[in-house]
Amino acid sequence: MKDTTQNSASSPVIEARNLQLVFSTNDGPVQALKDVNLTINKGDFVSFIGPSGCGKTTFLRAIAALEHPTGGTLTVNGMTPDEARRKRAYGYVFQAAGLYPWRTIAGNIRLPLEIMGFSKADQDARIARVLELVELSGFGKKFPWQLSGGMQQRASIARALAFDADILLMDEPFGALDEIVRDRLNEEVLKLWARTGKTIGFVTHSIPEAVYLSTKIVVMSPRPGRITDVIDSPLPKERPLDIRDSKEFIEISHRVREGLRAGHSDE
Amino acid sequence: MSRILPIVTVLLVIVCLWYVAAVKLNAAWVYDQAARAETPAPGFSELVGLTMNQERPVLPTPHQVGVELVKSTLGMQVSSKKSLVYHGWVTISATLLGFLIGTTAGILLAVGIIHNKAMDLSVMPWAIASQTIPILAIAPMIIVVLNSMGIQGLIPKAIISAFLSFFPVLVGMVKGLRSPDQMQLDLLATYSASKAQTFWKLRLPSSMPYLFTSLKVGIAASLVGAIVGELPTGAVAGLGARLLSGSYYGQTVQIWAALFAAALVAAALVAIVGLIEKRTLKRMGMAR
Repeated sequence: MKDTTQNSASSPVIEARNLQLVFSTNDGPVQALKDVNLTINKGDFVSFIGPSGCGKTTFLRAIAALEHPTGGTLTVNGMTPDEARRKRAYGYVFQAAGLYPWRTIAGNIRLPLEIMGFSKADQDARIARVLELVELSGFGKKFPWQLSGGMQQRASIARALAFDADILLMDEPFGALDEIVRDRLNEEVLKLWARTGKTIGFVTHSIPEAVYLSTKIVVMSPRPGRITDVIDSPLPKERPLDIRDSKEFIEISHRVREGLRAGHSDE
Repeated sequence: MSRILPIVTVLLVIVCLWYVAAVKLNAAWVYDQAARAETPAPGFSELVGLTMNQERPVLPTPHQVGVELVKSTLGMQVSSKKSLVYHGWVTISATLLGFLIGTTAGILLAVGIIHNKAMDLSVMPWAIASQTIPILAIAPMIIVVLNSMGIQGLIPKAIISAFLSFFPVLVGMVKGLRSPDQMQLDLLATYSASKAQTFWKLRLPSSMPYLFTSLKVGIAASLVGAIVGELPTGAVAGLGARLLSGSYYGQTVQIWAALFAAALVAAALVAIVGLIEKRTLKRMGMAR
């Protein structure tokens, strides 16, 4: 599996070389990312997993140009993150849905389209399409408070998909949801990924979530934030929920857990 | 009904206490009259009767104030110089103009403060300092200065009124425009939204609940400003003028009637702002 990934024609979408990121705080500098090297290819589903403070969110934010690295190089589609942002290279999904309470669901999805200057007819067509994609057709005229937490998060994914970015960055998008809703949304994200062929970066705390979703699992550890292991998943692209009882699944989960433990024993 | 009952109870208690106080405070005059006429001091039941309808009581009774209020609103031509409707309108027009000026100034200053570091550091202390100046001290100066520039009537009162009402709007709007959290700002950053887009699409709508809370405080402050602004103009017109002329001539009933008229106007203005708030937030989908 590893060989096919490397030999395929897929081109690197995100590339980090010796990436460093130091925050200056009142208590002195904090090394949030140290010597991060990672290549994410087109169509990959990459999960970042690790304890809090390991820099997984910081790395995702650096890709989105919300944080600025203090050393090394980071390219997105061959450009700097800032340039990539201006080219609308990615949609970002935050931990909370963050829908505007004064806008309907359709109005919330329209927000990035308005800002980016799409025509009115194009906006309507795109809203209809992404609502269908996240199975919220018919909810466009509802206000966010009329929807459950899971539905709100789906609407926020629709919002990130609306302007056709090739990369979807998700920062613990289901962290605040209960297990059952989470399972369902995980299935839907996989379906979405299969249908759209997007490159997805996904930050999570949950080992089963990371293993279930990803083609590549990046295990990180804190102080300083760094990558301890990169696992290319041998699981097939087609993944029913009960794949989580398979031998491979348990093996990968075990390796992730080992990686997380190794990171901790370094302290 | 369940909401009205407590209000009525409190009202009744206040009215009762008021009558008791009126008897006690107005008794001095009754005893004084008796002493001058060299008649024996009246007994309690007689005393109560003599304190209820004095012409210049220390504390007018509720029914005296009520009768005066009705007489000076419904009981005479609106154009009459004794009509509280006429005086009320003079005050309300200055209040509304002052409120408009104050609100506009407050919002513009708030927008400046959140977008400009220098304004952020410099404006707020001055705004706070401005509110520590007693309005009674500065009102005559504003009137005098503007008068020397040939500006009289409505405008000087409106400016005093604006001076009081800009502050709550400024404080509320600074808080409101800063209310979007970092995540919402980050979201717009990933869209490469401009500062103007961030303002119109996120900051301004987020600030609406804060704005309306401030407007309610602001419009009440505007009314106070307009009334205070009427005091140094020589008691020509307005509720402030009624208060002043009442105190010149010892017309306590007139003073109390004007006070109640002012309170009713304030309640009505705040209620109107509240109604607009409800409508607006409902249309924005923010009221459930």
